[in-house]
Formats: sequence, C-alpha cells, structure tokens
Amino acid sequence: MEILSFENVSLTYQTPKSQTDALKNLSFTVNEGEFVALVGPSGCGKTTVLSLVSGLMPPTSGSVNVDGAAVDAKKGYVGYMLQKDNLFEWRTILKNVLLGPEVQKKLSPDTVAYAHSLLDKYGLKDFKNSYPNMLSGGMRQRVALIRTLVTKPKLLLLDEPFSALDFQTRLSVCDDVYAIIKQEKKTALLVTHDISEAVSVADRIIVLTPRPACVKSIFTPNLDADTPFKRRADPQFSKWFDTVWKEVCNENER
Amino acid sequence: MKTKDKKIKADALPLARRKYLAAKRRDRIKVAILQVSLLVVLIGLWQLCASVGIIDDFITSSPVRIVKTLASLFTQDLMKHVGITLLECIVGFAVSGLLGFAIAVGLWASDTARRVLEPYIVTLNSLPKIALGPIIIVWMGAGMKSIVTMTVLICVVVTVINVLAGFTACDEGKILLMRSMGANKMQIFFKLVLPQSLPSLISTLKINVGLAWVGTIMGEYLVSSAGLGYLIIYGGQVFKLDLVMTSTVILCVLAALMYLAVALIEKRVSSRR
Repeated sequence: MEILSFENVSLTYQTPKSQTDALKNLSFTVNEGEFVALVGPSGCGKTTVLSLVSGLMPPTSGSVNVDGAAVDAKKGYVGYMLQKDNLFEWRTILKNVLLGPEVQKKLSPDTVAYAHSLLDKYGLKDFKNSYPNMLSGGMRQRVALIRTLVTKPKLLLLDEPFSALDFQTRLSVCDDVYAIIKQEKKTALLVTHDISEAVSVADRIIVLTPRPACVKSIFTPNLDADTPFKRRADPQFSKWFDTVWKEVCNENER
Repeated sequence: MKTKDKKIKADALPLARRKYLAAKRRDRIKVAILQVSLLVVLIGLWQLCASVGIIDDFITSSPVRIVKTLASLFTQDLMKHVGITLLECIVGFAVSGLLGFAIAVGLWASDTARRVLEPYIVTLNSLPKIALGPIIIVWMGAGMKSIVTMTVLICVVVTVINVLAGFTACDEGKILLMRSMGANKMQIFFKLVLPQSLPSLISTLKINVGLAWVGTIMGEYLVSSAGLGYLIIYGGQVFKLDLVMTSTVILCVLAALMYLAVALIEKRVSSRR
C-alpha cells in the first residue's frame, strides 16, 4: 500500500534577487513498511523534499499525498527526525519524548504508557528522569527517534540523522535506529549524502538529479544480512556502492 | 560516568577527591578573606589619613564621621528616605521589566511590528534619557511619578533589546522540529522560546538592577523632596559631605543586596536545568 506519493511535484524558491527551481516534476512513491533512501549530489533539494512531506511548505505545483490525503503538519502523520537531536535541555528525557503528543494535544494515559514502553524497550529505562546533557550522543539520537515514534506517525522522515555523530557511534546508532524502525514496523524515508549508509539501510534507493531535482534512477539492493552493519560486510555491498556512487557522481560532472 | 558527591558520605570519598575538595575550599576562603581585608584596609587608611590630618575630613568625610551621621540619621528620618528610594527603584525595576518583556513578546510575534519599530527603538536606545527630564517633570509632576518614569525609561529600551535578542537567538532546528509536529506560534513560544531564553532573561534582570538605580538617583537629582538621591544633592549643596558619603554608602549596600537577590533567583533557575 502506498503511504507517500509525489505526483509531478515542482517547487520554486523565490528570493528578492532570483528564483530557484528546486524540484521539477518529481514523482515517486513509498510503500508501507518500506525503508527508502533519497540520495543525490549536494544541494539537489533533498531536504526540500522532506519539508514538503512534513507539510512545512506547499509545492508550487503537483501534489504530495500522505496516506491518500494532502499533507498537513497538524495531523501528525509524519515524524521528522533531524540531523541534530534537538532535545530540549530543560526537559527530562520522558518530557522530551512527550513533546509531540503535548503539542498535538494527544497527551493521555495511553500515550504516556506508550512512551514509557518505548523507553523501556530501547534501553533508556533508567534515564527517563535524566536531563539530555547526561546522555551520550548515541543515546540522545535514540531518544530523538522515540520522540518521533511516540506520536505514532505513518511515515518517518530522517534527515541525515547520523551525520552529527562520530564514525563508530554512527554505525552503531544506525543499527539501533534501523532495528527500532523495523521492529515498530514503520515506514521511513531517509535523506543522506552518505551512499554507504543508503546502501546498508535502504530497501530502495532513489537517486535524484542535480537541481532542479527529479528522479534519476531507482535501485533495490536486496542484501541478505539483517542489520546495516552486517550488510556492509556483504560481498554485494561494494558492488551496489559503486553502482550508486557512479550514478550520483556522473551527475556531478555534467 | 560522573559520580555525584552528595550521594556518598564525605569520609567514603577517595583520598584524592577529598584533597581536591579541601584545596578548593581553602581557595574559596582565601579569596573571601582577601575581599574583606581589602575593604578593611581601605576604610582604615581613609580613617588614618583623616585622623592624622593628611586629608581634610570636612571635604572627604571619614569612616567615623559616617558612622556618627548614620546614627543621628537613624534617630531622624533615615528609614523614610531609604524606603522612598527603595520603593521608587523597585517599582521602576518591576514596571520596566514587565513592560519591556511584553513589548519584546509582541515584537517577536509580529515580524512587521519589529521591522517597523526597529529604527525607533535604536534611536530611543542611544538617546540620553536624562535629556527628557524637563519633559517628564512637566508631564508627570514634581514627585515620585516622575522618578519612576525616569527609571522605567532608562531600563525599558535595554530590556526590550536584550529580551528580544534572547528570543530570536532560539535554535532554528528546534523551531523546525516543533513546526513539523504541527505546533502553533503560541506553543513554540511557551514550550521552546521562553524556556530557552530564560538565561538571557535573568542576565537582563541583572543589567536592570544597575540601570534602575541609575534611573532612580538621576530622577531624585532632578526632582524630589525625599530619598537618598535627595540627601546626596542636598548634602552637596549645603556642603555636608558626611551626609553625601553616608547616603552613598547606604546606596552601595542596597544595590548590592538587590543584585544578590537576582543572583539568588538565577541560581535557583539554573539549578533546575
């Protein structure tokens, strides 16, 4: 079933000095339970795609549908996970996780219980009443993920969520996040410039052209291993990496 | 992991940690002793010079004369003067704080208002408020109202500028996060912008303590029939330097106490983080 669909979406940024076409006739879909990665040359408008999906701005033309309806940030269909964890330093971990339900006025004993269960399940049981500055970078990113999960979004948006972490932490947090998303049976759309990351986590990789972005090609690297880290050791991994890399770089040269 | 000392009994701490804590403590005591000694030495020198006759204590006054003046003022109406000045200062401080905060919130909420009012605020900020003295007296009358108005004028513009700067320094990523959750402007303000700018609010309060005293004393110089500023001006005019010095000393103490009160609030706020 389709969770997200882009149909001929174009977006033009207006600034006093010029206008910029960020997206042009971009069409793609994401199916339920899928993990899709968007890669492309830097500045090609990947983050613009996420802003459109989360309903922060409307497209210039075309339509963006989440679960069959036009996007609207207020409905809370979409959970957005950013580069930085953006935890609020003055709130405890539990309170941070409950920010979404609070904003959407869905704070009920059920959501609180759900928040507790997620924190328990993913190794943050003893930190519920701690403040973010007492947690490591990896733990903070896990809290950020749980914060997006707690509103039960139909679709998770991940905007380079690991890029602020050092390399070792990045690999293990990537495994963590992947495991949590799969276990909670969530659909995810990941934006990244890290091709190895895309190959290791995604069911499907969508390569975008330079600005104005549209879909250049789609790959489905079905690697057997069940964690991103193990997939990196798969003999097929480097083959896929090369394929995607050439596709992205080839665009850069033009 | 960090270990907090509070949870462990003092004698259970490892030796190195105890040594470190003891050294820290000695260091703090040393600074405190030096601070007090400096004051004692200065006062002692002042008194010595006056007693020996190196300086003329009719012009410079002296610690002993200040104490005597203080004692005689106590039997008269010192408390009235202190009370009036304190009241003017605190009212001016509170009104300018609340007013400045409210204006800053309005300017944060409306981009248009901010852009329209920016040049006015900048101009008001660089204008020496004392120049408005005559206007204030004519409009507000020769009394406490004028003095409080002067205090508010001096504090409010700085408050608006500092508080607004605190608001706009808010992390863009966090705003984006809240917007993606569907938060409206009010939710963004109360759940994010306000708590995040709490430290800058407190530091604005600290600046305002000093400015409120400037405004109050300046106001009393301009127009007053009571208060510490009045005593200073009066003492200067009739050449009673004892009165001037005594009032100044009381002023020092009051200003320090008010600053301490704000520092205490800051400590409580930051300990919650």
